[in-house]
Amino acid sequence: MTTAAEVMKPPRTEVGVWGWLKKNLFGTWYDALLTVGSVALISAVLYGVIKWALTSAKWGVVTTNIKVFWVGRYPYAEIWRIWASVGLFVVMAMVTLVVWKREISRARRAVMITWVVVLLLTMVLLKGFGDNAFIPSVPIGIWSGLMLSLTLGIVGIVASFPIGILLALGRRSSLPVVKVFSTMYIEVIRGVPLITVLFMAMLMIPLFLPPRMRLDLVLRAMMGMTLFSAAYVAENVRGGLQAIPKGQYEAGRAVGLNEALVMGLIVLPQALRAMIPAIVGQFISLYKDTSLVVILGLLDLLGIAKAVTGQTQWIGRQKEVYAFAGVIYFISCSVMSYASRRLEKQLGVGER
Amino acid sequence: MANERYEASEVQEMIICRGLHKWFGDFHVLRGVDLVIKTGEVVVICGPSGSGKSTLIRTINRLEEHEKGDIIVDGIELTHDIRNVHAIRQEIGMVFQHFNLFPHLTALQNITLAPIYVRRWPKDKAEKVARQLLERVGIPEQADKYPAQLSGGQQQRVAIARALAMQPKIMFFDEPTSALDPEMIKEVLDVMIELAKSGMTMIVITHEMGFAREVADRIIFFDEGRIVEEAPPQTFFTSCKEERTKLFLSQILHQ
Repeated sequence: MTTAAEVMKPPRTEVGVWGWLKKNLFGTWYDALLTVGSVALISAVLYGVIKWALTSAKWGVVTTNIKVFWVGRYPYAEIWRIWASVGLFVVMAMVTLVVWKREISRARRAVMITWVVVLLLTMVLLKGFGDNAFIPSVPIGIWSGLMLSLTLGIVGIVASFPIGILLALGRRSSLPVVKVFSTMYIEVIRGVPLITVLFMAMLMIPLFLPPRMRLDLVLRAMMGMTLFSAAYVAENVRGGLQAIPKGQYEAGRAVGLNEALVMGLIVLPQALRAMIPAIVGQFISLYKDTSLVVILGLLDLLGIAKAVTGQTQWIGRQKEVYAFAGVIYFISCSVMSYASRRLEKQLGVGER
Repeated sequence: MANERYEASEVQEMIICRGLHKWFGDFHVLRGVDLVIKTGEVVVICGPSGSGKSTLIRTINRLEEHEKGDIIVDGIELTHDIRNVHAIRQEIGMVFQHFNLFPHLTALQNITLAPIYVRRWPKDKAEKVARQLLERVGIPEQADKYPAQLSGGQQQRVAIARALAMQPKIMFFDEPTSALDPEMIKEVLDVMIELAKSGMTMIVITHEMGFAREVADRIIFFDEGRIVEEAPPQTFFTSCKEERTKLFLSQILHQ
């Protein structure tokens, strides 16, 4: 036995840039081969893409149509309404961040409620009503571009989350009717492709509604996406619920909480926390799936891109247009997954 | 009648179990248990694992359902009426082998949760009581830590404080020290001894015979779903009658 634990520096070869390189990239001859090979491949691709983007690509097709990409056919005189909505969202996001960072627990409930109000408010603001001079009605049917993608995504996410939780609870319910209904709903939806659900939303929903009540196609697409996503959220939540040990329920009951409080105060908070990565993954895929509404004839970001490439003066410029659309999708999805990582970190405090 | 209370004189008997039977599927766990616990009594239940002693106390606060027999707690009969179940659960504080603290809440929030949502106390009052309880179990400085940041002994003491926060008339301990590292057992037992001496009615499932000797009014040996033998500590250890009790005692005392 040594007399005292000696503090030794790591061996020279393990530290520094050279040490790292040697350990991770050139450890053995096949490591070295793989490293050189992949570096060559990556640089070839990057070189090609960058060269194309800087020299032969004509970005005029994007810059000229930029407004169309953002808002599509939304009347230009009313665009301030979109900016106002975006502004509201940014302000709310900042307030939320401050409240959560500073752990002002009293303000949390107020912030949550304000979020719901703001969401409804922006919908009213964007939609407008009647013929008034201030915010005249902009039919949802002509919403398009990135704005439509975001609206479909946000509405789908916000609406499918609570429905999904209810379905998950329903599937675990002891009431046979609720249980069978939830299970059947989830399994049927999960067994059908989204495109089919969207066609159903387009063609079938009008059949169930009274003839005088006509729902706009965009609204029907929203319903379709929400109902579709809810089934997947439900399965994610159910997975989270199953991970909660029985002892948690028992401890909750033993201190006198009723079943609803046990669920709402003890089980769900833990289950949802554990399921953040899966649920955010579902939301990202929902957002990307909004591009499928093209087949209903709606012009979301991808629909607009397709329309732009059809303009005669921009013939042969598909590459630029689709590259641009891809970058926009990439940015919005990255923001979402970044936000989820932050959320996980924030909520991870004290986790077992 | 569902919510009818018995006369006060009868409530001398805090818990009454009569002819209690329970099955897990085909397995007959409780085979006719008759048990009366008086107010202020401290009863230790011991017995081999799988004998049904946990099931017995879990049945009394309806974490398990019994199939035959009567349970009356503080004059309230345990029936299928959910109001009676809740009333009885509020009379009984329960401490589990694996603590079962809520990992997403701090020690303080673990304790205040039920008083705020069930008793409808204002937050200030609940927190004040919670801090007093943490003081009582000897860890006032751990109030804002999460369970994962506490040692096993500290977690179990928070769990005791959580149960006490609802001001129960009875405390159940289901092997409270079995999941603890040896050096932490004493700190939990000390809290339980203090509680027993303060006059709390307690049922404790444990094999800590030192604890039983010091504070128990009665020790019950439980095996194969029934009470085999019961006696005050001094007679229980020196002159138990049943062979099975002797065998069990020799096993746990010579380990």
